[in-house]
Order: sequence, then C-alpha cells, then structure tokens
Amino acid sequence: MTASSLTGTTALAKLALRRDRIMLPAWLYVVIIGVCANAYTFVKLYKTPSSRAALVASSQGNPALLFLYGRLNGTSTGALTAWRYGVWGALIAALMTVFLVIRHTRADEEAGRLELIGSARVGRQAPLVSALAVAALANAVLVVVLCVALPLLGLPAAGSAALSLAIGTCGLAWAGLSAVAAQLTSSARAARGLAIGVLGAAFLARAVGDSAGAGGPGWLTWVLPLGWTEEVRPFAGERWWVLALPVALFFLGIGLAFVLAARRDYGAGLLPDRPGRPSASALLRGPFSLAWRLQWGSLAGWAAGYAVLFAVCGAAAKGIGQLFGTSSALEKEFTRLGGQSGLVNAYLASLMLLAGLVAAAYAVSTVLRLRAEETEGRADPVLAGTTGRARWGLSHLLVAVVGTAALLAIAGVATGLGYGLRTGGTGGEVVRMLGAGMAELPAALLIAGIAVAAFGLLPQASVAVSWTVVGIAVALNIFGQVLQVSHWVLDISPFAHVPRLPGGTVSASPLLWLSALAVAFAVAGLGGLQRRDIG
Amino acid sequence: MANAIEASGLRKSFGPTKALDGLDLTVRTGEVHAFLGPNGAGKTTTIRILLGLLRKDGGDVSLLGGDPWRDATRLHSRLAYVPGDVTLWPGLTGGEIIDLLARLRGGHHDPKRRQELIELFDLDPAKKARAYSKGNRQKVALIAALASDAELLILDEPTSGLDPLMEANFRECVNAERHQGRTVLLSSHILAEAEALADGVTIIRAGRTVETGTLAEMRHLTRTTIDADLGGPITLDGLPGVHDATVGRLADGGTRLRCEVDNTALNEILGRLSAVGVRTLTCRPPTLEELFLRHYSERPVAAVQ
Repeated sequence: MTASSLTGTTALAKLALRRDRIMLPAWLYVVIIGVCANAYTFVKLYKTPSSRAALVASSQGNPALLFLYGRLNGTSTGALTAWRYGVWGALIAALMTVFLVIRHTRADEEAGRLELIGSARVGRQAPLVSALAVAALANAVLVVVLCVALPLLGLPAAGSAALSLAIGTCGLAWAGLSAVAAQLTSSARAARGLAIGVLGAAFLARAVGDSAGAGGPGWLTWVLPLGWTEEVRPFAGERWWVLALPVALFFLGIGLAFVLAARRDYGAGLLPDRPGRPSASALLRGPFSLAWRLQWGSLAGWAAGYAVLFAVCGAAAKGIGQLFGTSSALEKEFTRLGGQSGLVNAYLASLMLLAGLVAAAYAVSTVLRLRAEETEGRADPVLAGTTGRARWGLSHLLVAVVGTAALLAIAGVATGLGYGLRTGGTGGEVVRMLGAGMAELPAALLIAGIAVAAFGLLPQASVAVSWTVVGIAVALNIFGQVLQVSHWVLDISPFAHVPRLPGGTVSASPLLWLSALAVAFAVAGLGGLQRRDIG
Repeated sequence: MANAIEASGLRKSFGPTKALDGLDLTVRTGEVHAFLGPNGAGKTTTIRILLGLLRKDGGDVSLLGGDPWRDATRLHSRLAYVPGDVTLWPGLTGGEIIDLLARLRGGHHDPKRRQELIELFDLDPAKKARAYSKGNRQKVALIAALASDAELLILDEPTSGLDPLMEANFRECVNAERHQGRTVLLSSHILAEAEALADGVTIIRAGRTVETGTLAEMRHLTRTTIDADLGGPITLDGLPGVHDATVGRLADGGTRLRCEVDNTALNEILGRLSAVGVRTLTCRPPTLEELFLRHYSERPVAAVQ
C-alpha cells in the first residue's frame, strides 16, 4: 500500500461521519446506557454482599442464565455488571461495527457510489481505510465514555477499564471480519449476513461453553471473540493479555481484506458471476415466485445456521445440572428451580426464547425487503404489471411467515435431536421441542405484522420503527427481569406472553390473541399500502 | 376511444414542492406522442400518476378509458412501461427478467419477436443483471415492452443510456409500432428523437403544459427562417411580422438577407423578394429545439398560462 492509495481517506471519513450522524450516536447510546443502567441497578438494588451472594448463587446454578449472559466471575457489583451486560454490550458493539463497515464499503460499491468517489482524487484503499477508521473511532468513543462513566457509578477503575476495553475491542474484531466479508461477496446483503452469521456463531459457541458445565465443552468460550469478552474477567482479576486477541484479529482482518481487495475488480466479489439461464423457468411466473426467488437464498443460510447451532446447543443440555450442588445455598436454589429436569427445561426454554427473538429479526428483515424493493425502484415494474399492491405485499409477507415457521421448527427439531441423541428417547424429545419452538411463532409473527403495518402506514420510518420494536423485545426479554422492570412494561413484549416450553403450562389463549393481533397489524399495513404513493 | 390518455388540470405536491401544477396532456389513440420538458419539469411524476403508482392531488385523468388509480391492475394488462431509471434484480439474468416482466403483465408474448429484439439490441440474456451497464438494463426493459402485445407503450426517457446505433434501432421499432396502430407516450428531452418520431407533442415546464399540439401545428404558429441571395437592394422597414432581419451587400451589387418571419407574413415577404429577383432561397421551419428553447428563454414562469 502506498501513500497515494490513501489519498482522500480523511475526507471520506468525514463524509461517513456526516452520513451516520444519527445512527452512530444511537448505537453508542444503546451500549453505553445498557452497561450503565445495569451497573446502576446492581449498585442500587444489591447493596449488601449477602444479597449479591444470593443472586450469584441462584444464577450460577441456572444454566439458562449462564447461556444467555455468560459465566459469573465474582460477587462484586462490577463482576455482576460485567456478567449481565458484558457479552451483550460487546454483541451490540459488534453489530454496530458490522453495519458501519459494510455500509461504507460494499454497500456503496454495490450502489455505484464508490465509482463516483473513485473517479475523484481518492486512493484505491481510501474507502476501506476510512470505514475502518470510523469504526475504530466509534469503538474508541465507546471505551472512553464507559471508562469515565463506570467509576462515577462507583465501580473500581481497573475493572471499568477492562470491561470497556473488552467491549470496544470486540467491536474492533468485527471491523476486521466485516472488512473481509465486504471483499468476499458482491452484495452488501450477503456481506452483512456473513459477518452477522459469525457473530451468531460466536454467541452460541460461548453460550454453550458457559452453560455446559464442568464436563461440557468449556473451551468453546475461547473459540470466537465474543467469549474473549468474558475471559478478560473484568472486576475479577483482570487478564489484560486477553485483550490482545481481538486486536490481533482486527489487524489480521485488515491485512486479509487488503490482500483480497488487490485480487478483485471494482464491483465484483471474489467469486465471478457465472452466466445464468437465458430465459426464465416456468416456475418464475408471478409476484409470489419472484419473492421466493429473491429471498430463498437468505432463508437457506438462516436455516443452515439454525440447524447446526441449535443441534449443538441441544446436545450441550445433557451436562446441565450435574456439577452444581456443592454448597447448601446452591442446593436449595437447585431444588427451587425444579431439580435437574427443571434446570434442563429452563435451559431449553431459554434456547427457544432466543430462537424466537432471532426468528423475529429474520421476519422483520424479510418484510422490510418490500421497502428496499420500493425505494430502489424494483417495485415499479411489478406494480406496473397486473399485480395489485396487496398481492405484492403478501408475496413477501408469505415468505416471511413460511420462513419464520421453518426456522422455529428447525430450532425445535435440531435441539430435540441434539439433546435426544445424547440422552436417548430422540423421538419424544423432537416432538416436545418442535412444539416448544412453534409456540414462539405467534409472537415472532406479531413483530413481523408490526413491520408490515409500519411499511404500509409509515413507509419513511418503517425501517427504524421495525428494528426498534425488535430491539425493545430483545431488551425486555433478556434484561427486563433482572432490572426489576415492572410487569406492565415487560408485558409489552409479545414474547412475555408465550408459555415457557418445555416445562411450562400451555394455554392456547395467548397464542390465539397474539396471532389475531399479528393478522390485524398486517391487514392494517396492507390497507395502508393500497392508499399511499409508491416510491 | 379517441384518446388513449386524457389529463387536465393535474396537480401533485410532495410536501411543500409542487411537482404538477395544472398539467394537461392528451394522447390520441394510435399516435406517437412526445412528452417534453427539462429535468424536474414533472414528466416522471405524470407517468407515475398514469401508472397508478402515485395518487393525484387534483385534476382529471383517464387512461385507456379507465381511472389509472382505481382500475390500475385491469388497465396494466393493456400497457407496457419502460421506467427512466431501470433498476433490475441483480441476481436474475436479463432473459429471466424479460420473461418475468411479460408474465407479470399477462397478455400474449411472441417468443420469436423476443428473440428478434434480443438480436436487434445485441443483448446477452444469460448475464446476471448486476453485470449490466445502464444501457443494457434499459434494453432489458425495452425488449420486454416491445415484445408485448400492449396497446399503449409508456416510455420514460427510454434512450438515455443507449448508444447511437441502438438509438437508431429503437426509432425503427417505434415507427413499426406506430404502423401497427399502437399508441406510444414517449417522454424525452432528446428533441431530435421526438422530432423524428412524434405525431403530437406536449411541452411542459415547472409542472404545467406550455405548448401542445401536432408538430405541424406548432410550427405553423411560429416563425420560419429565411436565407436569400437577391438581385438588388431590399427594404423591409415597416413590414409587420418580420424579425431579426440582417441585410448584407454582396460584391456584385446583390443583397444577402436573413430574417425570421411570422408565418402569417410569409406570403407578403415572398412577393417582395421575387419583385427584387431571387438567386437562392432557403426557407426552414423552426426545429423543435428552437421551439423548445423559445419557451424556456423568452417567457418567465409567471407569464406562462
């Protein structure tokens, strides 16, 4: 890389900051407020060491909580904060970075904007370097603000620094990974999918490693960067050297991205486009087959990810409940949670909750494809044909419904298979878990319905509204309980009304009214679509 | 049905911006109608209202005898549309998209005609759309529209990305369509193209129609440019309808005259010229470009009715 290949980097970085002046602060706000609110809650609600010890005892014995949040490394307020929001803060920082880097590299290239920029006095590597610089800057801001804010809340400075750096370097690691992903695929959608897929794998790898217990595959926590956040052990004898791992990954990613970028043409991925069919097959004949054709690839990717990850998580359930029981406090808690079968059920139920929340995100991204088709002008040729607006809207909604149902079925069956194969009784487990997975469907579809309503009635705001709804559901279901949020607020999330299966009691009525609400929102959205302007 | 498209007093605003402000447009069945205006004049907005993609704020509009908003899907089986900015699904091939657009429109499609057009426009139908240039994307939409049996073609700046060779092929195709009795609405700002193809012309500016009629009518209402070499001196002083006259003396005592003449005064002028003795004479009707430029340079917006 020569100096001239970097010409214009500063100007491009300023442009990126200008374009992201609302989105970037919003992401930072979510991470910072999340960490600080958790720290504040623990400082306020768990003042005495004994109250914290009781919380730790009950949590340590609950693999479902270890699965969702990570390992507990101590009983101090700081350790609790790091446990409850360390991994999730790092996850959100990583997501922020993925969107940021892809948006200013592959997405601009795909849209042709980089061509305009590349024709000006701008070096070949400047767009990638500027995107990485902005990503590094965003994560640095995150680290600095947290380093200042956490001690103000009364946490030790060293631990605060370790936690902030653990979160920020995890974001950096995904800057490197996204830079590589942006070189591999020719579409921004696929590049984002790739980077987020690795993030999902990282979350589940550490989740399984943390919750599997002594005999389980604890090493899984070490495999991917999200687990490294825990291994830094903030507030519990910080292991600073672990921070070198994500930073190394960041630089490794940058290096690889430059090597790959040098080997490809503008606009191309690493794999050249092969010629396709010179005429359409008889199957591609209307809006529904078109929507399927456009979306099946992404569904296939999601389905493969779901199958592998939930099978692994299901298999890990066997070790649960065997190692706890050394102290009397733990034993009491163990019994309160329902003994070993109760613990396994709680773990499996939290797996299904996660499957539901992520499936809702899939459903929203699938529904929002409608908005992308509209703004990019590809809705016009469909609607200028004999396809009515409602049919066009339904075509993508149908893919969302079928895809979400398929993902939840796969989550259930894969978990049942993974667990059943290790314990015996595969058939029974598969059926039981399939039911548990499908119970999440109405809640996921209600969120998809809200996305349809936003698309039909508030098209300009539909992307922001839909993802905010997903974010609220995740926040309430993952963090609501420990933050002692009132039930009225928790009940906002559709997933709060889903029976916790397996183990919980099933009642049809919440599933029915969730479905009815989903339909009502979708109908309102399609109605709005028929009355408004397109474009 | 005498008129394929009838719009009068069409209004549409986007927030504070008035895109259409009382636009009139009449396209007779069977004619090629050029819809002219500079960038941002409201051509695409009008077309999107005609397609039922936008809802009009006011005015009357009918398309093929129906209401383009209410009867959208029914009417769309009788028309084909080529957008000005063609965006295609990047993962589908050109050939797949041509077939898909045909099936989305319904109606009959002739595979032989499709193949002829693909060859005429020199398109590789096996390529993925993401690899196409702007011109090639436009060809995909054009081939799909021209291969259809639609009675109305709505073409929004269809040649803006085509090379001159393909543009010539396009003109040939549109002329062929006219002979088959199809109606074509051709939005453009390439005036030579409109001049070569159009029967009727509508010129719009800032969301209003400033001129409409056949090309012949529009020329009739305007001036003719005269260049003449004459045998002797001539005075045109005091003659109504003569503009911008320049008279030059030739070495042999003759006169060179160049002037613009209102068509009503043409007879009178020609009488005077022949009285002096005409050596050479060229009379040229105004080009569309001259008509167009006159509308945009001479009259301020407020004076346009």
